Amino acid sequence: MDMQSLYLIVPLAPLAGAVIAGLFGKAIGRAGAHVVTILGVAISFLVSLVIFQDVQGGNTYNGPVYTWLTSGDISLEIGFLIDKLTVLMMLVVTFVSLMVHIYTIGYMADDPGYQRFFSYISLFTFSMLMLVMSNNFLQLFFGWEAVGLVSYLLIGFWYTRETAIYANLKAFLVNRVGDFGFLLGIGLVLAHFGTLDYAQVFQKAPELANHTITLWEGHTWSLMAVICILLFIGAMGKSAQFPLHVWLPDSMEGPTPISALIHAATMVTAGIFMVARMSPLFELSDTALSFVMVIGAITALFMGFLGVIQNDIKRVVAYSTLSQLGYMTVALGASAYGVAIFHLMTHAFFKALLFLAAGSVIIGMHHDQDIRNMGGLRKYMPITWITSLIGSLALIGTPFLAGFYSKDSIIEAVKFSHLAGSGFAYFAVTLGVFVTAFYSFRMYFLVFHGKERFKCAHDTHDHEADKDGDAHGHHHGGHSCPHETPWVVTLPLILLAIPSVAIGYLAIEPLLFGGWFGPAIQVNENHGAMVELAHHFHGAAAMGLHALMTPPFWLAVAGVGLSWFFYLKRPDIPAAIQKRFGLIYRILEKKYGFDDFNDWFFAGGARFLGGRFWRWGDVGAIDGVMVNGTARLVGHIASVVRHLQTGYIYHYAFAMIVGVLLLATWFARG
Amino acid sequence: MFEGIGLISLAIWVPILAGVLILVTGGDKNADGQRTLALIGSVLGFLVAIPLWTGFDASTSAMQFGEAAEWVPMFNIHYRLGVDGISMPFILLNSFTTVLVVLAGWEVIKDKVAQYMAAFLIQSGLLNGVFGALDGVLFYVFFEAMLIPLYLIIGMWGGPNRVYAAIKFFLYTLLGSLLMLVALVYLYFQSGGSFEILTWHKLPLAMTAQILLFVAFFFAFAVKVPMWPVHTWLPDAHVEAPTGGSVVLAAITLKVGAYGFLRFILPIVPDAAHELTWLIVTLSLIAVVYIGLVALVQADMKKLIAYSSIAHMGFVTLGFFLFNPLGVEGGLIQMISHGFVSAAMFLCVGVMYDRVHSRQIADYGGVANTMPRFAAFFMLFAMANAGLPATSGFVGEFMVVLGAVQVNFWWAFLAATTLIFGAAYTLWMVKRVVFGPVANAHVAGMKDINSREFVVLGLLALCVLGMGVYPLPFTEVMHASVNNLLEHVAHSKLAY
Repeated sequence: MDMQSLYLIVPLAPLAGAVIAGLFGKAIGRAGAHVVTILGVAISFLVSLVIFQDVQGGNTYNGPVYTWLTSGDISLEIGFLIDKLTVLMMLVVTFVSLMVHIYTIGYMADDPGYQRFFSYISLFTFSMLMLVMSNNFLQLFFGWEAVGLVSYLLIGFWYTRETAIYANLKAFLVNRVGDFGFLLGIGLVLAHFGTLDYAQVFQKAPELANHTITLWEGHTWSLMAVICILLFIGAMGKSAQFPLHVWLPDSMEGPTPISALIHAATMVTAGIFMVARMSPLFELSDTALSFVMVIGAITALFMGFLGVIQNDIKRVVAYSTLSQLGYMTVALGASAYGVAIFHLMTHAFFKALLFLAAGSVIIGMHHDQDIRNMGGLRKYMPITWITSLIGSLALIGTPFLAGFYSKDSIIEAVKFSHLAGSGFAYFAVTLGVFVTAFYSFRMYFLVFHGKERFKCAHDTHDHEADKDGDAHGHHHGGHSCPHETPWVVTLPLILLAIPSVAIGYLAIEPLLFGGWFGPAIQVNENHGAMVELAHHFHGAAAMGLHALMTPPFWLAVAGVGLSWFFYLKRPDIPAAIQKRFGLIYRILEKKYGFDDFNDWFFAGGARFLGGRFWRWGDVGAIDGVMVNGTARLVGHIASVVRHLQTGYIYHYAFAMIVGVLLLATWFARG
Repeated sequence: MFEGIGLISLAIWVPILAGVLILVTGGDKNADGQRTLALIGSVLGFLVAIPLWTGFDASTSAMQFGEAAEWVPMFNIHYRLGVDGISMPFILLNSFTTVLVVLAGWEVIKDKVAQYMAAFLIQSGLLNGVFGALDGVLFYVFFEAMLIPLYLIIGMWGGPNRVYAAIKFFLYTLLGSLLMLVALVYLYFQSGGSFEILTWHKLPLAMTAQILLFVAFFFAFAVKVPMWPVHTWLPDAHVEAPTGGSVVLAAITLKVGAYGFLRFILPIVPDAAHELTWLIVTLSLIAVVYIGLVALVQADMKKLIAYSSIAHMGFVTLGFFLFNPLGVEGGLIQMISHGFVSAAMFLCVGVMYDRVHSRQIADYGGVANTMPRFAAFFMLFAMANAGLPATSGFVGEFMVVLGAVQVNFWWAFLAATTLIFGAAYTLWMVKRVVFGPVANAHVAGMKDINSREFVVLGLLALCVLGMGVYPLPFTEVMHASVNNLLEHVAHSKLAY
C-alpha cells in the first residue's frame, strides 16, 4: 500500500467509527459501538506509528487530496502535509484518544448516551487529525471549527443539565470570538499571498516581511504583525489564553473522558500547534512574538492562582491546564517552538493521566467531585493513587520525570529571550512553578491523604460534618465505600503513567537538540533561545542533576512542602488565611471578575442593543412611522375612493397589465 | 432537444400545468389523489430541470438552452428564455424545493388540499420563469405573477394576522414594482425599441440615467432580498405563512431580488453600481450587524430565522458589490446554501409547530429528550446556519469574507462578526428549545419525526453536508458567467 493511502486511513478510520456508532448506534448496540470506534482509533494509531517510522526515515509528504473549490485564480484544496511536526501530533492525538476510548467503557458504563458518546469522541479524533495533518489554512480552519463543534456537543453531552448547556454555549461563543480573528488573519494571508497553501505562503513570507498595510488613515502596520496577531487570537480562543480563557473551566461540565482528551491533551493544544506550524510567519514579527509571550505569561501565572482555591477536583486540573497552556504559549513567544511542542506532548500524557485519575476518583466517590469530601483515598484506590502521584510529580517538574524536561526548557528558553516582555514572562513562569506545585499537591493531599471526610456504609470512622453545606446535594451517608475502578479505567492510567515518567528523559535530546523537526519549524537567527539552550545542554541525566541546584526545583519543593503543612499538618491555617485576606480570596473566587463582566457587558450588551434596535428601529421607526404611516395614508385615501373599487388594488393593477398583454398578443397574432 | 419546446419552457410549464390539472380535478374528497398528483407534478418538474445542469456547458458565459418566440410584435416583446451559470442553479434549487414543500405539506394541510398544492406548483413554474426570462417584459410578468400564489398561500393558510402581513408586503412591493416598470419602459425607448435584456447590457447610458435606473431597480430588488431598511415585511410574512410558504419564501423568493442585482443592476448600470457601492455595502453590513443583534432578542422562532435570513442575505449583496470573483461567487453560493439551510430551519420549526402549535421559544425546552432524531437534524441545520465548516453555510460566508479582505479590511471585519452573532442567536435558540429538561407536558407528548419528515430533512441534510464538503461543482458552473460579468462591469458604459 502506498503512503498516500495510509495518510488517508489515519483520519478516515475514526470517522468511519463515528459514523457507524452515530447513525447505527441502536442497531449495533453498546458493545458494537465501542468495538467499532476503538477499532477505528486503534487502526489510526497503528498506521500513525508506521507513518512515524517512514517520516523518521526522511520521507515527508505535501500534496492535495482534492480541490475544494476554485474562484477566480484562487484554488482552495484539501490536502496533507506530513512532516515531523505533524507525525508527532498524530501520535499524541491517536494514543491519548485510544486511551480515552478504552477508559470510556468504564466511565460511561451506565450512561444512556453510550453510543452517542463514542461517536462524538471518534468524530473529534477525526477532526483533530484533519487539523494537524492539513497542508493549508482552509483545512486548518475546518479542523479548527470542527473540534470546536465536537467540544460543544460533548460539554453539553448531559443536555438536561442547565450548567452543561450554559457552559457549552459559552465555550462555542468564546471560541467564535477567537475564530473571528483567525478568519480575518486567513483573509489577509489570502489577500496578500494569493494562496492558502502553507508551503507557498511560507516561501513567499520573507518577501513580505517588511510589507506594511494601512488599517487606519495615516497609520501603517507591519503586515506580518497584523496577520500573526490575528491568527494568534484564534489560538487564544482554542488554547484558552487570557482573556479568552473563560470557557475552559466551565467546560468541565462535560464527562471526564473528554476533559482529558479534548480539554487537556489535544484540542486546547491546537493553538500551540498552529503557532508552531506558522513559525515561518511568526518569526518575521517581533511584535507578534512579544504579544504571544506576554499573553502566555499572564495565563501561566494568573490562572495558576485560581487553581489554589478550587474545590472541584476537575476544576483544579482545569486551571492547571490553563496555566500549562500559558507555559507553552510563552515558549512560542520565545521562539522555542520545539520546546512548546515538547511540553505539549509531555503535558498531553500527564494531564490526560491526571484527568482520567480524577475521573477514577469521581467514580470511586460515587460522582462526588468536591475534594473537601474526600481524603485518605489511597487505601481504597491504590492504582489511582500511585498513578495520580506520578502525574502530579510530572506536572510540578520533578527532575527526571516528563514535565521537568519540558517545563525547565521553557523557563530556560525564556531566560535567553531578549524580546520585550521576556523579563515579565521569566518572572511569571518561575513563580508559576511554586504555584503549580502548591495547588497540585493541595489537591493530591486532600484527595489521597489525611482524614477520610466521607461517610460510607461499613465505615465507622469519625468524620467532619459537611460544614460548607455541600452544594451538590449528595448524600454521603448512604453510599458504599470508595472502591478501585475496573481494569478498563485503570489500564489507561497505567499506560499513560509510563510516558509521564519516561518520555521527557528519552525525548528531550533527539527532539530539541538534534534538529529533529527539520524544516517544519523555522527560527530566525536573531532569536537565539534555542541555540543558547542547546549550548547549555549536556545530556538528559546531567540536566536532571543540575536542576537540583536551580531555583525552579526549590520553588517546587517549597510549594509541595507548604501544601503539606497547610492541608495535612495544620488544616486550620488555610481557613484563617481565607478569613484574613478575604478580599484577595473573593477576587480569586470571582475569577478576577471576567465571567461577571462578560455576562454583563457582552451578553447583556448584545441583548440590550438587539432589543433597542428592534423596538426603536424596526418596530418604532421603520414600521411605526414609515410603513404604517403610509398604510394609514393609503387607508385614508382608500376610504374616500371606496365607492369606486374595493379589495386589493394591486391585484387589479396586475390583472390589468396581464389583460393588456393578452389582448395585445391576440391582436398581434390575429 | 424537442423542436419548439425547450427545457426551460418545460421547467416553467410542467409544474404550472400540473397545478392547473390539480385545480381542475380538485375537491377535498379526493385529497390523497391531489397530493399524489402534486408529488408527481413536482418530481416531473425537477426531472425536466436536471438536464439544465447535466447538459450545461460550463466553459462559456453565453446563454444556453435558449428559446425565442414572438409574443407581442407591436412592442417587440418576446418570449425569450435562456440560462447561464448565474441563473441555472436557481431553477434547479427551486424545482427541488418544490418537491420538498409538497412532501412537507402532505398530511399537515387538511383544508383545500388541491388549492394549496396547486398554488405551490404554479408558483414554482413562475419562479423558474423569473430565472429563465431574457426579455424585460417577460421577466416583469413572472416577477409580479409569482407573488399571487404567495399572497394566496399566506392569505388562505396563514396565521391570524395575515391581512396585516399581506398589506405590508403589498405596500413594500408596489413602489418597487412601479419603479421597475418605468425603468423597463425607459430602457425600451433608450435601446431603440428592444426589451431584450442582453441588448440592454450593451446599452451605453449617461451617468444620471444610470443612477436613476439604479434607484428604480434597487427599490424593486432590495425589497425582495430584503435589505435594511425595507426588510420589515419579511418577519411578519414568515410568521403568518404556513411552513411551506415560509420555505419557498426564504429559499427562493428572496433569491429573486438578489438575482435581479446580477441580471439587471450590475450589467446594465455598471458605472452607477460602482458609484453607489458605498450604499449597498453599508446596507449589507447593517444587515449583518444590526439584524444579527435584532435576531438575538426574538422570542418567536420564525421571526428569529427570518431575521437570520436577512443577515445572511446581507452577505449576498455585500459579495456582489465587492466586484471580485470570490465575492460574487461567494454571494451566489450563499444564496444556494441559504436555500437549503433556511428551508431546513423553517421545516424544523414547522415540525415542532405541527405538534405543539406554538412558535414561541419559551413554550419549548428539552425537545431532545422526546425527539432525539429531530434534535440531531435541528442541530445540524443550526450549525449550518451558524456557518460551521463542512456545512454549506460556511462556504459562501467564507468566500465573501475572504473577498472582502481584498477590498477593505474593515468591511471584512464587520462581516466576520457574523461568526459570533450567527452562532449566538442560532445556538441560544437551540439551547432553549432543544436542550434542557423536558419543559412542559406539550414537550413531553411530542413524537419524534415520522418517515416522511425524515426523508425531507434527510434530503436537505445531504445537500447541506454535500455542498459543505465539496462545493467545487457549484462554483465550477458559475466561473465563466461570473468572470464575464465582472469583466463587463469593469468597463465603463459612459465612454461608448
